[in-house]
Amino acid sequence: MQVTLKIFRYNPEQDRKPRYQTYQVEAQPTDRVLDLLEYVKGHIDGTLSFRRSCAHGICGSDAMRINGRNRLACKVLVKDLQTNKITIEPLLGLRVIKDMIVDMEPFFEHYRSVKPYLINDDPPPQQERLQSPEQRARFDDTTKCILCAACTTSCPSFWANGQYVGPAAIVAAHRFIFDSRDQGAAERLKILNDQFGVFRCHTIFNCTEACPRDIQITQAIGEVKRAIATGRLD
Amino acid sequence: MKIHQHDVLVVGAGGAGLMAALYASKSANTAVLSKLYPTRSHTGTAQGGVGAALGNVEEDHPEWHTYDTVKGSDYLGDQDAIEFMCSEAVQAIYELEHMGLPFSRTPEGKIDQRPFGGHTNNVTGKPVRRACYAADRTGHMILQTLYQTCIKNKVTFFDEFQVVDLILVNGMAAGVVAVELATGEFHIFRAKAIIFATGGHGRIWEITSNAYAYTGDGVAIALRNGIPAEDMEFFQFHPTGIYRLGILITEGVRGEGGVLINGRGERFMTNYAPTVKDLASRDVISRAMYLEMAQGRGINGEWYLYLDVRPETVNHYAALDGRKRPDGSPYVVTAEELLGKLPDIIDFCRTYLGVDPMTQPMPVQPTAHYAMGGIPTNKYGQVVIDEQNRVLPGLYAAGEVACVSVHGANRLGTNSLLDLLVFGKHAGLSAAEYAKGASFQPLPADAADPARQQFDALLNSTGSENLMDIATEMKQTMMEHVGVFRTEQGMRQALAKIGELKERFRHVRISDRGKIFNTELLNAWELGNLLDLAEVTTVSALARQESRGAHARDDFPKRDDVNWLKHTLAWMRDGKIELRYKPVVITKFEPKERVY
Repeated sequence: MQVTLKIFRYNPEQDRKPRYQTYQVEAQPTDRVLDLLEYVKGHIDGTLSFRRSCAHGICGSDAMRINGRNRLACKVLVKDLQTNKITIEPLLGLRVIKDMIVDMEPFFEHYRSVKPYLINDDPPPQQERLQSPEQRARFDDTTKCILCAACTTSCPSFWANGQYVGPAAIVAAHRFIFDSRDQGAAERLKILNDQFGVFRCHTIFNCTEACPRDIQITQAIGEVKRAIATGRLD
Repeated sequence: MKIHQHDVLVVGAGGAGLMAALYASKSANTAVLSKLYPTRSHTGTAQGGVGAALGNVEEDHPEWHTYDTVKGSDYLGDQDAIEFMCSEAVQAIYELEHMGLPFSRTPEGKIDQRPFGGHTNNVTGKPVRRACYAADRTGHMILQTLYQTCIKNKVTFFDEFQVVDLILVNGMAAGVVAVELATGEFHIFRAKAIIFATGGHGRIWEITSNAYAYTGDGVAIALRNGIPAEDMEFFQFHPTGIYRLGILITEGVRGEGGVLINGRGERFMTNYAPTVKDLASRDVISRAMYLEMAQGRGINGEWYLYLDVRPETVNHYAALDGRKRPDGSPYVVTAEELLGKLPDIIDFCRTYLGVDPMTQPMPVQPTAHYAMGGIPTNKYGQVVIDEQNRVLPGLYAAGEVACVSVHGANRLGTNSLLDLLVFGKHAGLSAAEYAKGASFQPLPADAADPARQQFDALLNSTGSENLMDIATEMKQTMMEHVGVFRTEQGMRQALAKIGELKERFRHVRISDRGKIFNTELLNAWELGNLLDLAEVTTVSALARQESRGAHARDDFPKRDDVNWLKHTLAWMRDGKIELRYKPVVITKFEPKERVY
């Protein structure tokens, strides 16, 4: 089938402002959008720039806006879009460096700010710390995050104020707050109770819809809010 | 040009690089360079598990793990290094758990374990549950946990810096040259000790499970600096890649009871590996699949087979095999249990194939997966550069880029994650220790010139050759002639083709003339690496006139221990490849015929 790609272009070394460029390509319904970008770069326009690595939805490099929705280019097939007109644009809310490449530093800064690592000062046992399958299941959903930023950059609260830590950072905090082996819940909840913390979330659900890993993000944020409100982790 | 200085420099931020950084940074000023954000590294795509004889669900011993790995390597692995890795494995897993890794758990709350190909109870010969796992995203959890621990320990990162050259002075490591992607500027990173953890090179084949980033940068840079590459003819084809796409479907599927089925509806592995069947090692299964397909027994006669993990299929064959749960009850699974243990691969199949593995079988074919060969090292991660294992002071390598050799001619599933944990850690410790007693080498004024010349040559080419065409032809050639089965005639054709492609590569057209994120230029440089490695792989494979592990020759179908029980070392000198050999370390296990 013939597909028309309308792609956001911005090269700071040449363009004063962003523009759109249109390419006609021949595609299979089962092609990934990433395959089409690769084809354009390889055969039509080598200057087209985007990040990618694993090409099957695990590394989190190629989140971008595809027909207005945040998706991984490697995880959406042409047939999923149900149209042969595909518009591809960079994520919103992060500075565009070149074409689909945005500045990820503010995103990772928010991630680091919530202490996304196990906090437990007890000397570890000789073998593993024990954890029941139920305790393990409590935070399973939020371990799936690949830090692609699709959620945070779909959030109107983040667009309104980039100082908001955003859904991905809260997901990272949730993964540790509800881990039975962790002792850092109080300090993370204090960070997230800040004016740029969880209460910037207005349960719009964009993040949950955007997540390519199907994490129930809004629910996780709700659980963190409740933990702050009640002081309990259950 | 900006010059940075650190005692220890780690190149690559996958599992091996992050382990190295965690351990080196305990006692030395350490920095990590990576062409990707660390969490984008290929370790994250590993699925099924990491091997360690914890014995949490049944009897197991590091000695059994050692023997299985030696046998799996088709006796080409160095037995001292294998014994070291398998003994260190148990502690490595506990350390990861203490860092917070969310392993799947047994009812008692211990780390759960599942069976994997080639891992056996050495008394009964039956599969043993040795793979520690976190659902089917074990690599993802290892990568996340190590990166998170690096954040906790405030490790210094230079993200999105592409390393393009190694600086050696007086035969010692002195630094590396890197391009900052965001600016296109060259930087020099000076260091007392350098650890290469740059991963593999599976992008030289058409059907591959490997990431775009897997372009063999570390081995290619080493070769250009006079360092040999070891055992490059041994490259693993994983039996179960998604048809046409090559995306990995974990061996854990077969660990949970999934079976391979041919076009006649037969579970054909019974004919090739009567004892462990679908859990034979990967080289054995990939060859069996090729033979089935070549004899017209692919699905509808096409070049794929079925991997069937529907609960009714699993339960049918588990009953035939008499498979039991650890408590002695018959092994019976439900769709719900499988969904909990294999969520990601079920998602892949639904996304890319529109197939639901709970109700339909998955179309699969062997996919290029893992480099057993690489930069030669000893078990401390030190790079060794000749037949006598002479150490290159200050240079280390770990993970897939390295060849210790613990995988020999064929790697067992779960041993790649183990390799990067154990040897990443020990490379980090050794490098930090070395840096304490070493001084910085004086940098030559023209240290960045060789790399700059490579990039200038690409930019100044006036030809019209297309990068993607060259890459595609290379991948097809390697798939056809230097894949699962090889012949002299085919490999000679491949060499001629690679020669032609290398010549055409000198005339590529680069349309992006900019500095900022010039990914076209960087991809071109990476393709140059792949072409070099394709050539080294083929030359090494052509010379080895036997079949061993992943290197299977139609014209030399038997293993030949008299002439070929030895490691290949390949040097690239003035564009020519020179081969020499070094002995395999054999301690406890004399080579014998390998039967599963």
